[in-house]
Amino acid sequence: MALTTAPGTGRQPGSRQSLPDRRSRARLGRRVRDNVTGHAFLIGAMLCFALFAWYPMIRGVVMSFQRTRRGETTWVGWDNYVRIVNDPSFWTAWKNTVYFTLLALVLGYVVPFAVAIVLNEFRHAKGYLRVLVYLPVMLPPASALFLFKFYVYDPSDAGLFNAIFRALHLPTSEWMQSSTMTMPAMVIASTWMNMGGAVLIYLAALQNIPGELYEAAELDGAGIWRRIVNVTIPQTRLILTLMAMLQIVATMQLFIEPLILANGAGTQDAATSVAYLIYQHGFFQNDLNGAAALGVIMLVALGGFSAVYARLAARQD
Amino acid sequence: MAQDSGGRTLISPAQLRRGRSKVVYWILLFAVVAGFTLVFLGPLYWMVTGALKSGQEIAQTPPTLVPNDPRPQNYADAWTNLNLAKLLFNTFYYATGALLFQLVLDTAAAYALSKLRPVLGNLILGLMLATLMIPAMVLIVPQYVTVIDLPILHLNLLDSPFAIWLPAVANAFNIFLLKRFFDAIPEDLMAAATIDGAGPLRTLWSIVLPISRPILGVVSIFAVTAVWKDFLWPKLVMPSPETRTVSVGIYAFSAGTPMNVVVAAAVIAAVPTIVFFLIFQKNIMSGLTSGSLKG
Repeated sequence: MALTTAPGTGRQPGSRQSLPDRRSRARLGRRVRDNVTGHAFLIGAMLCFALFAWYPMIRGVVMSFQRTRRGETTWVGWDNYVRIVNDPSFWTAWKNTVYFTLLALVLGYVVPFAVAIVLNEFRHAKGYLRVLVYLPVMLPPASALFLFKFYVYDPSDAGLFNAIFRALHLPTSEWMQSSTMTMPAMVIASTWMNMGGAVLIYLAALQNIPGELYEAAELDGAGIWRRIVNVTIPQTRLILTLMAMLQIVATMQLFIEPLILANGAGTQDAATSVAYLIYQHGFFQNDLNGAAALGVIMLVALGGFSAVYARLAARQD
Repeated sequence: MAQDSGGRTLISPAQLRRGRSKVVYWILLFAVVAGFTLVFLGPLYWMVTGALKSGQEIAQTPPTLVPNDPRPQNYADAWTNLNLAKLLFNTFYYATGALLFQLVLDTAAAYALSKLRPVLGNLILGLMLATLMIPAMVLIVPQYVTVIDLPILHLNLLDSPFAIWLPAVANAFNIFLLKRFFDAIPEDLMAAATIDGAGPLRTLWSIVLPISRPILGVVSIFAVTAVWKDFLWPKLVMPSPETRTVSVGIYAFSAGTPMNVVVAAAVIAAVPTIVFFLIFQKNIMSGLTSGSLKG
């Protein structure tokens, strides 16, 4: 070991204490050097986090209590919050977003799990089916949504859905031009685009269930349905709980579907979402501070939800 | 029978071999394969062929299954009118840069957090992981404000590729994936390298990275697809027509362009990701399942 530290100071040279002293100094020097190296490896990523994640987080909260007009920034207390809550679209946006999230939960949460259970039973065409389910996830969302907007949800009978419904003698719909069908239509498009990831994660979880559990259940006379309820679901509960939370947080940020499918607000405001309102205020109404306030409201709402959810999920175990 | 996993699932292999169950199995398999092909490939077929139809044919009821009079001209129009070559090049450029920045900076960070463990390393890791809890939409406004006037440096990054590259590095999920993989590399191996006189950089380059090829592959795929699919962020920070990504460019043109041409452009924009997916399909699948969530 190279002893590069300066000779001990203040103590008599050559005394017995100086050797361990020198050693510990050398060790200290080494530790400092190791730490400097360690942080040198970290610094690049850390700066990026600081600039584009940590600082904006704080800045968002600060901005929500300020107002910038003609380059002059002043503290305005809760004004931005009052303004944003009084926006005529505020409650509509929350109502729509919650409605979308609940509908997406019915369709987008149950369907992927059911699909994964079925796919897990097949001994053939496994790879093909998996690739199919994941294919839409790889499409750029804008591409997929233009497909839905122009060719699937065409309100005339030339659209794919209406053509199929007409052929089956079912009532057709105006889809995005009908305020009641707007949400279901967005949920269908969104689920089609996004479910592949969830299916693959559930499939991995299903493969970790020990086969003996099914065997034991079968010996006890449990049919397929009972085996799903008593073995499959309890065994995948952790993943199911986690995915529900992730999905809710993701769908609450609904943005690109209303933007492209409904040109933003949609028929009679049926598509306006909270995220779209943030975008609208920040980048069209020149109200970045109001948008930041709405962002903070969203953060508190989703953070509160996640905390309560995690608490409840933990209590169940 | 192609029994690859061999593990017992919901329905026992013995039961599946019995006469009646076997018939049910094959009928179900056939139905699911047909149904999935319709549901997942059907819309893509509709998209590709629809964009080949003329304006009249697309508005016709009932719609035609195969274009009567295919017009590849729609695709050619999309290519030239929307300047797709430029848009695709931009997207490719941003994706490649984001990939390189993430590979260098995130790998170095994960290596430091996993093996070098400097003081406060765990706190930093915790703060990084905490960003996973923050919904992206919440940060969009303050991030935008930061990018138009970087603190201290007072640089405006609008229309600069760094506005996409640097925020991409702040990806806690990728750092977490890399760190977990590095954690599994035995300490003995690291110690052996140190005894042989290798410094941290040398150890990272010659020991850690070669072992970590699978996870580097997964992280790379995530990095590239994230940039390719992203919409709102590039829309905000790349306002000029010359710097737009392909998704944003199509959106910007969608209002004043015939819809068949818009969809033709959407098809062209999707081709690179689909080809990429078909090539790296195995890595993507394994990365999603074994790499990300377990236990």
